[in-house]
Amino acid sequence: MGAVRRAFAPWSDPDAKPLIRFENVTKRFGEAMAVDHLSLDIFEGEFFCLLGPSGCGKTTLMRMLAGFETPSEGAITLGNQSLAGVPPYRRPVNMMFQSYALFPHMSVEKNIAFGLKQDGMPKDQIAERVGEMLRLVQLEKLARRYPSQLSGGQRQRVALARALAKKPKVLLLDEPLGALDKKLREETQFELMDIQHDLHMTFVVVTHDQEEAMTMADRIAVMDHGRIVQVATPGEIYEQPKTRFIAEFVGDVNILEGHVQGQENGLWRVKTPTAEVPLTIDDPDEVLHSGQAVAIAVRPEKMVIQRDPPGPDATNVLTGEVWDIGYLGDWTVYRVKLATGEILRVTRANASRFVENPIDWDEQVYVTFAPGAAVILAE
Amino acid sequence: MTGRTLTRRLTEGLVPAVPYLWLGVLFLVPFLIVLKISLSDPAVAQPPYRPVFEWGDIAGFFGGLDLENFELLTQDDLYLTATLSSVRIAAVSTLLLLLVGFPVAYGMARAPERYRSLLVALVILPFWTSFLIRIYAWVAILKPEGFLTQALMGLGLISEPIEILNTETAVYIGIVYAYLPFMVLPLYATLEKMDDTLLEAALDLGSPPWRSFWTITVPLAMPGIVAGSLLCFIPAVGEFVIPDLLGGSETLMIGRQLWSEFFSNRDWPLASSVAILLLIVLVVPIVIYRDVEARRVETRP
Repeated sequence: MGAVRRAFAPWSDPDAKPLIRFENVTKRFGEAMAVDHLSLDIFEGEFFCLLGPSGCGKTTLMRMLAGFETPSEGAITLGNQSLAGVPPYRRPVNMMFQSYALFPHMSVEKNIAFGLKQDGMPKDQIAERVGEMLRLVQLEKLARRYPSQLSGGQRQRVALARALAKKPKVLLLDEPLGALDKKLREETQFELMDIQHDLHMTFVVVTHDQEEAMTMADRIAVMDHGRIVQVATPGEIYEQPKTRFIAEFVGDVNILEGHVQGQENGLWRVKTPTAEVPLTIDDPDEVLHSGQAVAIAVRPEKMVIQRDPPGPDATNVLTGEVWDIGYLGDWTVYRVKLATGEILRVTRANASRFVENPIDWDEQVYVTFAPGAAVILAE
Repeated sequence: MTGRTLTRRLTEGLVPAVPYLWLGVLFLVPFLIVLKISLSDPAVAQPPYRPVFEWGDIAGFFGGLDLENFELLTQDDLYLTATLSSVRIAAVSTLLLLLVGFPVAYGMARAPERYRSLLVALVILPFWTSFLIRIYAWVAILKPEGFLTQALMGLGLISEPIEILNTETAVYIGIVYAYLPFMVLPLYATLEKMDDTLLEAALDLGSPPWRSFWTITVPLAMPGIVAGSLLCFIPAVGEFVIPDLLGGSETLMIGRQLWSEFFSNRDWPLASSVAILLLIVLVVPIVIYRDVEARRVETRP
């Protein structure tokens, strides 16, 4: 299920000890509950993403780890040590700020050296480490520039180098790529992954961009309203979302609402208003009862669109008319309007350059999907 | 069409000329008159100096000008002492103003946003009362039987009246009190703009708050520190009212010297040369500052 990124999964090893542990942590700001009785383990060497819409509490969670906020309840431990009462300047944790927070009155090298100076590191060692960091982020030539003389991408690199210079146990990255344009963002994602891998460091990234989280993370914690809704690998989050919120927040999805009719041969039969025949869904992990209201989630790329009626053995056949066609180069997106008025999103990879007699606007089409392509989400 | 472009060109040319016109008429011309008087000789006449400009005798007019008064200034060390004393008092006052003004400005910049404009209004509030009255009020506070002595004696902290009025201490109190808004406002303006995440970043990188104050806050507040210090130092050097009312006869300041040359001795030429001297003393630090600032901007656009 899903892509296996690399043979690294300490979270599935019951003997593995987490590096960071949130135990029943709550944070209140006055009446508002920013983080709500949350528990979470993060392991050494992990590239961990906190993903969620704005206001979900992900930034507060990170700021508690950095020491800028104190939990109202609960405990945070880092490598068996409680972080309660430890001020930010004594934590072996460094942060890359969303605004980068570069010191405007210091050159690039002074910015990078700042944290090392605080530790009283000898001058020659500081110079050596600064040089090492400049090479890592490929900014050797700009060492004497000031932040105001750098482009956005260069500032982002300085911020990264500055946060990495002290070789922290954990690097926190708050929306690290938010201020970059799309192309630079994609390049930087892979660079961040390489750096994290080369330095064997634990990265905790806060982001609202699901694509960024999917690309970079070993595991993603999806947050909503101060709680963690699901912690899993990107593949699991995408293919096995636990709730409708996750299915809709991560990637595109078509949701079909219906009621469970029963189970046949391990497959669920779900009656929906969108199809005459009950739909057949292969989601054996769900425990459901007859008559229960459920949502069926199907990703657009797992649906097949065709003009000719499918054979009599075909399962899960929906009919509708093509409402919109969006050509994206690598993909074509079809928006298909069903008889019930719902609009399905179906994508098709453009595998060949020329298609004879392609599906056109307003055409009557059949949309099918395999029983294994869908996930049942209990309402 | 042409009329309109002509008007436009006239206004476009005139608008930038306004500040120059202002400076020329109200600063440069009076300065040249003072400069001319400083090169003249005193006379018992109306006006009390010679030569007086006449179109008929331009050669005689310029022949009558000399540097005699400036020579006198260098010969009598009273003027040099008074100048140095003024610079010293102004410098100490500026330092005290920084010490008092910085925490005030910092507190204002850190206050919740909805209170900030009120706090600024409170800083400016004393200006609504006459400056002279406020300084006279300090006489009442500081005099031997004044409020301060009464309060301290009432609290049992002192048994004898303390001598503050007519000392340099009283001058410092007066200057710090009167000039505080000029220090606080520019400091507040720079501190308020400061990005708080910079302090968080410093904390995160291992710098305790007290150290971040010196490595981050103070360097970033430097434009405000310089502006506030110049705004206080320059008028403090030439200050006349505060040393005259609070400082007694002991406090030597060039502003008082100037006043007595003009009004007591009626020696306009000598007074004018003192004024020119004062101007030179004040212009030098400004020129140095501008030079430093220009170089700073050059290296860091």
